[in-house]
Amino acid sequence: MSENTDKSSTGAAILIENVTKRYGGGKKPAVDQLTLEIPAGQIVMFVGPSGCGKTTTLKMINRLIEPTEGRLIINGEDVTDINGDKLRRKIGYVIQAGGLLPHLTVAANIGLVPKMLGWDKSRIAERVDELLDLVSLDADTYRDRYPKELSGGQQQRVGVARALAADPPVLLMDEPFGAVDPITRQRLQDELINIQAELHKTIVCVTHDFDEAVKLGDWIAVFDEGARIVQYDTPEQILANPANEFVENFIGSGAGLKQLNFARVKDVDMRPGVIGRPEQKPAEVLELVTLAERRNAVILDQRDRPLAWLSREQLKRMTELPKTRDENLPLVSTGSTLNDALDSMLQASTGSAIVVGNRDQFQGLISVETVMNAIRELRENASRQQAPVGNNTGEIPRVNGHGDDAAEDEAGAGSHAAVRTGRHAAPGDQAPSAGGSAAEPASASAEPETTSGTPWAGTRPEQGSSAADGTPSGGAAENPDRPEGRP
Amino acid sequence: MSSFFAERWEQILSASWQHFSLVVQCLILATVIAILLAALCYRSRGLTSLANNVSAIGLTIPSFALIGLLIIPFGFGVVPAVIVVVFFAVLPILRNAVVGLAGVDASTIEAARGIGMSRAKTFFRVELPLAWPVILAGMRVSAQMTMGIAAVAAYVLGPGLGSYIFSGLSRLGGANSLESVAVGVIAVVILAQILDAALLIIGRLTTSRGIRV
Ligand SMILES: Nc1ncnc2c1ncn2[C@@H]1O[C@H](COP(=O)(O)OP(=O)(O)OP(=O)(O)O)[C@@H](O)[C@H]1O
Ligand SMILES: [Mg+2]
Repeated sequence: MSENTDKSSTGAAILIENVTKRYGGGKKPAVDQLTLEIPAGQIVMFVGPSGCGKTTTLKMINRLIEPTEGRLIINGEDVTDINGDKLRRKIGYVIQAGGLLPHLTVAANIGLVPKMLGWDKSRIAERVDELLDLVSLDADTYRDRYPKELSGGQQQRVGVARALAADPPVLLMDEPFGAVDPITRQRLQDELINIQAELHKTIVCVTHDFDEAVKLGDWIAVFDEGARIVQYDTPEQILANPANEFVENFIGSGAGLKQLNFARVKDVDMRPGVIGRPEQKPAEVLELVTLAERRNAVILDQRDRPLAWLSREQLKRMTELPKTRDENLPLVSTGSTLNDALDSMLQASTGSAIVVGNRDQFQGLISVETVMNAIRELRENASRQQAPVGNNTGEIPRVNGHGDDAAEDEAGAGSHAAVRTGRHAAPGDQAPSAGGSAAEPASASAEPETTSGTPWAGTRPEQGSSAADGTPSGGAAENPDRPEGRP
Repeated sequence: MSSFFAERWEQILSASWQHFSLVVQCLILATVIAILLAALCYRSRGLTSLANNVSAIGLTIPSFALIGLLIIPFGFGVVPAVIVVVFFAVLPILRNAVVGLAGVDASTIEAARGIGMSRAKTFFRVELPLAWPVILAGMRVSAQMTMGIAAVAAYVLGPGLGSYIFSGLSRLGGANSLESVAVGVIAVVILAQILDAALLIIGRLTTSRGIRV
């Protein structure tokens, strides 16, 4: 596992418990007995066909839409009946195009929630600058602008900054990047990933773009009509083992290529390259290349930054190695997705690329074959982590509290970390037995062991443990039979 | 004409001031009433069309007839004058306020609610400021219209410039009768321009730069 395990998560776990929403007394519920667990500090993506209830579900989390039935538990607190306005001040909310108030400046927009929370002026001003910096906008330039004086992407950034203003543990986003062009969207997604790496919020994000879900999500919930969970699992699992035809269709063609969106260059085996230094004679380097039975050598400067990438033929012709950097080197960074790497290779038509890490230091070489192998491997050992609970059975999962406190350090923290960094640590990182939950919706909740050690376990309040229909959740979960009232 | 004015400029000025002050006060009252009514109506389709119809039909009522009818319950004086002026001033503002409030982008309101603004706060801090330019346009129409209507108020011996017009008209052909009417009319027109300019400036000052077109 990798970075961030030391940082404590600032996110809060969310439990949507047996929630139903009927609009205007309609018979067909927009959200039908949904039980969904959203682990703390992670990104959960909602995908599904139009009108399936994604937005409705999202808005019930901050109670912009009041559930008809069911309970909502955030960080162990039942928030179903508390003051909705107060609740919403603690939950960041980002909508398409940012939803900025057009008559207020950028600073005023960002400062809205802190102001409502009674922060003093200087603290708000400080926070505004800090947030603008976080979303890569120059505070002095943009602070006093009005939304109409910003580009779509900038508005969206300010929208994210506003949502983060009071440092809420939870962030809800409804198709946040739907209104910007693809290039800006990619940038905003990357920024969100960076922000999340820093802040560890619990993020619930609706999207209609499956690639976006794969790229951003720690978990993806695939919904069908009535917010029925068809599959709730990691992007790896969903791509490798789609639960059924519906999910397959939703993923669309090229699942293998999509997997390239979450695998990172640093996750695959790089080849070491033959290295030359500018002071060396070309012949010397050529000998090394021949000896290693390779075709190229990478020339590095004193700080190990690649200067050139030379073939045997080039080495033969040269009398002196280049000392300045060739601007057309096919470079990828360790943090790039395999997709980006493939792009660079194809563009450079070299069939491989040079991988650089921090401060452009040379790390190794990556080739198209490596990427292809990685796809195969990803398919075979898509990491199996314990999927959070998600079903529409009306069943409340039993909280398996065994050794929760003690497990914090070992299993608990371990699974946290696995989950949080799961997508980076992905291949081969076998998680415990969540098996069935992936292939069969609703089965997860029926088997107690699949819920054990889930991040919210043990934080759930007493009132949460008795379902609306009076079934004690423990009983329901221990009984593997499906309850009769199942839709 | 000039001698007519020179002899009575003090009374004329005081009548003008009364007239202006009647209109301004009625306009403020009408704006408050119109916004209150609009706030009650704009979220319901039925009430919205009711408000629009009332304001369309209301404007067709002859002000002279209305003020005459109001004498029966209220007698002569300031009260019926104020009621008539306010009534007519409300109508264009109400219509604009309903249109303006209904025109506020639903996603903007949702965003405001979504970050934890209460219903009332959303109305006063978001919807009203965004609808304000439209409401203000209604106020300007009202201001122009009620300047004339306020003159009718003189019929019920209310305050204002109407007395010059009516007394002139009632003794048409007599000494200074034309001058009297002309002074009344010209003063009303000038006041209307002044008020319009004032509203324009107020609009500039109270409309956020972010929504100015
Ligand atoms: N205010 C409302 N009144 C009545 N029905 C509604 C309302 N809002 C949504 N619905 C219905 O509820 C269902 C779910 O809507 P929702 O907006 O949650 O869908 P969605 O999954 O977000 O779709 P999309 O991807 O198109 O945004 C739809 O059938 C929709 O028609
Ligand atoms: Mg939606």
